Amino acid sequence: MSKIFETPLYPYQRTPDQDASPTARHKVVVIGAGPVGLALAIDLAQQGVPVLVLDDNDRVSFGSRAICFAKRPLEILDRLGCGEEMVEKGVLWDTGRVFVDEDEAYSFNLLTESGHKNPAFINLQQYTFEEKLLARLRALQDEGAPIDLRGKNKVTALADNGDHVRLEVDTPEGSYLLEADWLVACDGANSPTRKMLGHDFKGRVFEDNFLIADVIMQADFPAERWFWFDPPFNRGQSALLHKQPDNVWRIDFQIGQEIDREEELKPEKIKRRLRAMLGEAAEFELEWTSIYSFQCRRMDKFRYGRTLFAGDAAHQVSPFGARGANSGLQDSDNLAWKLKLVIEGTAPETLLDSYSDERVHGAEENILNSTRSTDFITPKSKASRTLRDAVLALARQHAFARPLVNSGRLSVPCTYDGSVLNGPEVSQLPADTRPGAPMKDADTGAGWLLDKLGNRFQLLGVNIAVPAVLEVDGIIVDGLTLPLTDSLKARYLGDVGAAVYLLRPDQHVAARWLAYDETAVKAALRTAIGKG
Amino acid sequence: MNMLNLKPNLDQPDDFYAALIAAHEGLSDAESEALNARLILILANHIGQADVLTAALEAAKS
Repeated sequence: MSKIFETPLYPYQRTPDQDASPTARHKVVVIGAGPVGLALAIDLAQQGVPVLVLDDNDRVSFGSRAICFAKRPLEILDRLGCGEEMVEKGVLWDTGRVFVDEDEAYSFNLLTESGHKNPAFINLQQYTFEEKLLARLRALQDEGAPIDLRGKNKVTALADNGDHVRLEVDTPEGSYLLEADWLVACDGANSPTRKMLGHDFKGRVFEDNFLIADVIMQADFPAERWFWFDPPFNRGQSALLHKQPDNVWRIDFQIGQEIDREEELKPEKIKRRLRAMLGEAAEFELEWTSIYSFQCRRMDKFRYGRTLFAGDAAHQVSPFGARGANSGLQDSDNLAWKLKLVIEGTAPETLLDSYSDERVHGAEENILNSTRSTDFITPKSKASRTLRDAVLALARQHAFARPLVNSGRLSVPCTYDGSVLNGPEVSQLPADTRPGAPMKDADTGAGWLLDKLGNRFQLLGVNIAVPAVLEVDGIIVDGLTLPLTDSLKARYLGDVGAAVYLLRPDQHVAARWLAYDETAVKAALRTAIGKG
Repeated sequence: MNMLNLKPNLDQPDDFYAALIAAHEGLSDAESEALNARLILILANHIGQADVLTAALEAAKS
């Protein structure tokens, strides 16, 4: 049986652009049809912005790769019209267990409160994730949305000409030229776009190697994240076990610094490791294996002139924490509406600098957490190892040491504190929903809150009436007045009786007040589109 | 009698741990051991209570 990631899902087809004279000009060209490029293209297309995606390949991710998708990205996918399919297919989980040697030292639960549509996490193979994004892209095309995807179209040269980017694209039938008003590079950690434009990608390199063995097996381990320090089957190193759909299990072994790559990747050697862990009698089939090491690094800025960078092309972290694909999806979430307003001419180009500022802030947070986890999992000095081992030894017996155990701090939504787009703060209201924060889901008594939000600016009146429509500088703000429920009160009012929230198209809070004031709302909207 | 607190008591455990590791950066093994020793003595003085320190010694040994 051929696997989904071995099937060309968007094979090369000749297009009129290849014979066009003068050179065809596109509003937005996205390079890379991975999770981030596809999500961005879907986002733009469903908001009516024409977008062309180019990829040097013609199929989904080879191997499972990114498998953990957090609640906030699932909410973004709901807005993109394909979240529910992901959750239905995915393995839902919220519990992590940490073992030291043979004993459980510590466990955590990520589901801290009820009243959210989406689970804390799902596990889903990256190839399935991309397959579902492609299905959504095709559905949009069938509805006539302006979205195009070209396989086997490899960008080989780039020039920023001030008011557009010129691209040279190689295909099986030779090369052709394209022009893009805006270019978005979603072409992964080794981003050829970044290299062609000569931008730095600085940060820390970690020496330890990790072996991923995704195996197909019938097993009755629970749907939890299990992490081992120093287990009997991988002495002195770490290991991870995680469940994916269709009986696929992610097993990840730390294998040390000086390794013979070719030897370690031999199926017999990998199977010996797996039998040591799962038992001699275990029956399994290898689906995908890979050896990787970590880098934690980012670009200085995510916007250079007419080119924007998103996902791993802009920033890279270690996988412990699921902060790679999850942060990339928050990049596309942040960028799509800004590009739309700039292309329409309703916001100044400088709004795109706020994309860089806000997502650099997110990347910094992810790199900090990821670096700390990596330092804990792979201590780089004797002193660091001594302290790490002391924490692990104490954690078995004493509660105080458990919060210090760091096997990965899992992806949480980013709040854009300090962003120039944020309006004034009102300190009487709950801190979690302050300006810059993503809206927290809530039960409205008539459906989930987040299902009612996104894709345009909105004014939300919680227990207070707001106008149904407001126009500011050519931008329509939709009003939504909601009666009070317990979760709305807890998340949006706290101890006060009513509040008004101005929301961005990416479901983040722009500003909030205790009462409706048209002048203040209009000023905050201008601030939120970069005119402040 | 004063009780040794073995419940989580750090506001930002990851920040503290990172600062602790950073303090050791670039030190030789002997320098690191000496740093840890000074740190223990400083913290012990801050605690001050003999029964708490005795309980801490026991917790560390077991």
